[in-house]
Amino acid sequence: MRGKRMSLKGTVPGIVLAASLAILLFGTVARAAEPIKIGAILSVTGPASFLGAPEAKTLEMLVAETNKKGGVLGHKVELIIKDSGASPEKAFSFAKQLIDEDKVFAIIGPSTSGETMKIKGVAEAGKTILLSCAAAEDIVNPVAKWVFKTPQKDSDAVIKIFQQMKKMKISKIGVLSGNDGFGNAGKGQIEKLAPKYGITIAANEVYDAKASDLTAEVTKIKAANVQAIINWSVVPAQAIVIKNARQIGIKVPIFQSHGFGNIKYVQAAGAAAEGVLFPAGRLLVADVLPKSNPQKALLVKYAKDYTSTYKEQPSTFGGHAYDAYTILLKAIGQAKSTDKEAVRTAIEHLHGFVGTGGIFNFSPTDHNGLNVDAFEMLTVKNGKFAVLK
Amino acid sequence: MLGGMIAVTMHKLVPLPLAILFAVVLTMIVGAVIEIVFIRWLHKPSVLRMVIITIGISILIREIALHIWGESVRALPYFTGSSVSSINLGGVYISSQVLWVVGIGALAVAALTAFFGLTMLGRQMRACAANRDAARLCGIDAKNMVTLSFVLSAAIGAIGGCVVCPITYVQYDSGTQLAIKGFTVAILGGLGNSTAAVGAGMILGILESFSIWVLPTAYKEAISIAILLAILFVKPSGIFGSAEAARLKEF
Amino acid sequence: MERKHFAIAGFAGLIVAIQLATRLTGTEYFLTQLTMTAYYSLVIVGLCMLIGYAGQISLGHAGFFAIGGYVSAFLTTFDLKSHHGAFISLMERSGALVSRQDIYGGTLLTVHPWIACAAAILLTVAVAYLVGGPVLKLKGHYLAMATLGIGIIVYRIVLGTEFLGASDGISEVPGFPLPGGLVITGDSSSRISNYYLAWGVVILGMVLLLNLIRSRVGRALAAVHGAEDAAGAMGIPTARYKLHTFVLSAVFASLAGVLLTHFNGGIGPSEAGVMKSVRYVAIVAIGGMANLWGALSMSLVLNYLSLRGYFGTYDDAVFGVILILIMMFAPDGLLRRHLLSDLKRLVSRTPAGEEAP
Repeated sequence: MRGKRMSLKGTVPGIVLAASLAILLFGTVARAAEPIKIGAILSVTGPASFLGAPEAKTLEMLVAETNKKGGVLGHKVELIIKDSGASPEKAFSFAKQLIDEDKVFAIIGPSTSGETMKIKGVAEAGKTILLSCAAAEDIVNPVAKWVFKTPQKDSDAVIKIFQQMKKMKISKIGVLSGNDGFGNAGKGQIEKLAPKYGITIAANEVYDAKASDLTAEVTKIKAANVQAIINWSVVPAQAIVIKNARQIGIKVPIFQSHGFGNIKYVQAAGAAAEGVLFPAGRLLVADVLPKSNPQKALLVKYAKDYTSTYKEQPSTFGGHAYDAYTILLKAIGQAKSTDKEAVRTAIEHLHGFVGTGGIFNFSPTDHNGLNVDAFEMLTVKNGKFAVLK
Repeated sequence: MLGGMIAVTMHKLVPLPLAILFAVVLTMIVGAVIEIVFIRWLHKPSVLRMVIITIGISILIREIALHIWGESVRALPYFTGSSVSSINLGGVYISSQVLWVVGIGALAVAALTAFFGLTMLGRQMRACAANRDAARLCGIDAKNMVTLSFVLSAAIGAIGGCVVCPITYVQYDSGTQLAIKGFTVAILGGLGNSTAAVGAGMILGILESFSIWVLPTAYKEAISIAILLAILFVKPSGIFGSAEAARLKEF
Repeated sequence: MERKHFAIAGFAGLIVAIQLATRLTGTEYFLTQLTMTAYYSLVIVGLCMLIGYAGQISLGHAGFFAIGGYVSAFLTTFDLKSHHGAFISLMERSGALVSRQDIYGGTLLTVHPWIACAAAILLTVAVAYLVGGPVLKLKGHYLAMATLGIGIIVYRIVLGTEFLGASDGISEVPGFPLPGGLVITGDSSSRISNYYLAWGVVILGMVLLLNLIRSRVGRALAAVHGAEDAAGAMGIPTARYKLHTFVLSAVFASLAGVLLTHFNGGIGPSEAGVMKSVRYVAIVAIGGMANLWGALSMSLVLNYLSLRGYFGTYDDAVFGVILILIMMFAPDGLLRRHLLSDLKRLVSRTPAGEEAP
């Protein structure tokens, strides 16, 4: 009995194992050299899917467009998207795989700051350009040689809000933030920058990003008797915050982060969204921008292409991937080669590059290239985004 | 989750009440199909096995929902009023949708209590829950009862989803957390007692809301789970359940 | 030579064969993900011991993995340079602290990885003992929910605690130094040594578990699994054996967490998530509930495929489907002891025996 059991334990799994490994190891070795390979590590599913999904869609759309035009410098572009589900360990695994095995030219992503920080070292060691779509300041500060990022800095968003508050003579605020990376980073910047603008934080609450009711939290803020509320989070909680706040009778202005930049949340919040103030890139108000704005043509085209391809409104997050991809192609074009080092240097010398997030001015000490002007203060009027006047 | 999602999708085509009705019926059918496909034909499954299977199914539904509806958040409009209108009751502001939730919740509990206490079918179901073999000996078709219970709980879940989703929104993964919380409440109240479950739900909700005055809000979710563990350790029959009754059930 | 030794030698041979195969085909980059797989396998075999041999399910093992990983990551990255006090200077003099450079050239004074690892394991043991006692008294879905609850609490704590990096987790964790100049790190240059180190740890773990199964404890556990009341009546301290197995499997998970965190150079809250725990159970289930070798081999294949992103956006769905199918059609696991006799029975169409409730 025991003998038979043992033999089965050893042999059956052994055969399965050997067979699967044989297929894995030797079935996937063939490769062609011609196209430029671009890897993308995005959270297409999981808790950060609101970032990764539009980013992945945008990249697919852009790569198809490039290849239809005949590629870049005569090379076709091959896109390898890896869904990390916002797990750092997967991002690490995929980064290693893309660099060591697929030998990609550059990596776009990851979508979240936590993942980007985990693979920063991998990109440095592998001498591969990493264009992160995540917002955190730490990604490019201090500067790592191969790591860039396209979203606007959190600190600039906070500065934009504080500048607006100064105008409105607000000095005592309540802060709410979600417990995801986005909320965490924003909260840190608010706490850091508030003293500089003479603003005191009277209440500071962190809530679960998946929370479905925040009445208790806003009640606590209300009790602190503040002049304004800043909420720093991503869907769906940020729409719930404003609803709950208005329901318990809070009348003070509510500021949101640039994470509010998706018309779906305005629709979800309904009437409560009216008058909400938030800083954002100009993509959301592309239609109403003056013709003189250098970003207008690009933004309108992206919005039109995205809407017609995917039958949904673009969000600023997809724009981050758009910028990452176009910056990379532009740099390849300027370097006139597919040498990684040359392209990396070319990115560092991009000036006045028009993207969805703003006008990028890179330098060896600034791997983000955007400043506070990338933001426009927006508000919600009649269920639509509008520029605050 | 499924109920809310289907209702939102249908609401684009038909008026609200019809959309909700459709969502509830469709979710009931899904519940029945799941039971018939995955559970019914198993020969005397252990409870643990069923638990693992249902966990697997919930993952599957979530992933299917992700691929059908995508990752975006959706919501139904408020049944009456709008998202900012509220009713002032002696200084306390209550949204009209909250009244809908409470009202429909009370209605559901009343209906369930009546069903289990007064109708033959309801009594048969309770008999099956208490002791399946004995119930079968009395001529009750236990298998149909299990299917029925799946359909019934799917219907209630769908109604719940439709009613709260104007407030909380619905996303492909909004079910999991609710399921865990629901289980906590059910155990807290003692399984198989819907009135006690409501009481337990209120206690849990109040404790959770108050916990944020003492602890950072980020730990709110951990509080309700800690309560669940404490109850399981101390009095597995729930705070309102009787220990003797629980012992008779075959878990 | 016993069959057990034969199996272990065979497995070690397989590990060597894979390495040689990658070398010959110039595909050594496969080893990185295989190394990560090894650490996950350590969790799996520990959990297999608990589920298969002690008969207790745990849907919270990702929590123990995270405890190990986070404690170690925190202690080895938290800079003590600006902290002063008798305790810290004592630790510094006794060599418990190390000074190292971060990637920007600054210096950090942190706890030595070995001390951090010991702290992580100790904390895991403490937590496992503390919750294990009351949890293991529970049965059926109560047990499943209670362990799930423990996992969720750990997840919530790491997600909500600022000094643990909240949702970003902890980055820039240094390598784990070993005697003989070896380091557990994700650097491509030490890929081969790390591959062998990781699988060496797994094989050591397997030897330990296999010996345990063959010992008095293992026989007692088998009795507990078969009929707990009867075993209790025979004078077997069932509660104690169950608890010890629970703690042991938690330590396996925790150690895996420590080592993988040093290998990856960081950890995030997703490691503590419910899906991770469910995935571990799914792999144990498909490997054959009470079949260490089956669980190990399935872990090798499935974790590896998952880490390579083979399942794309269907990653979680794949494990959900596996769980359903296995539980429906083969509740004792796919690669189980009576596989052949079952097949024979299936062919001859004799009805299967009743499953114990």
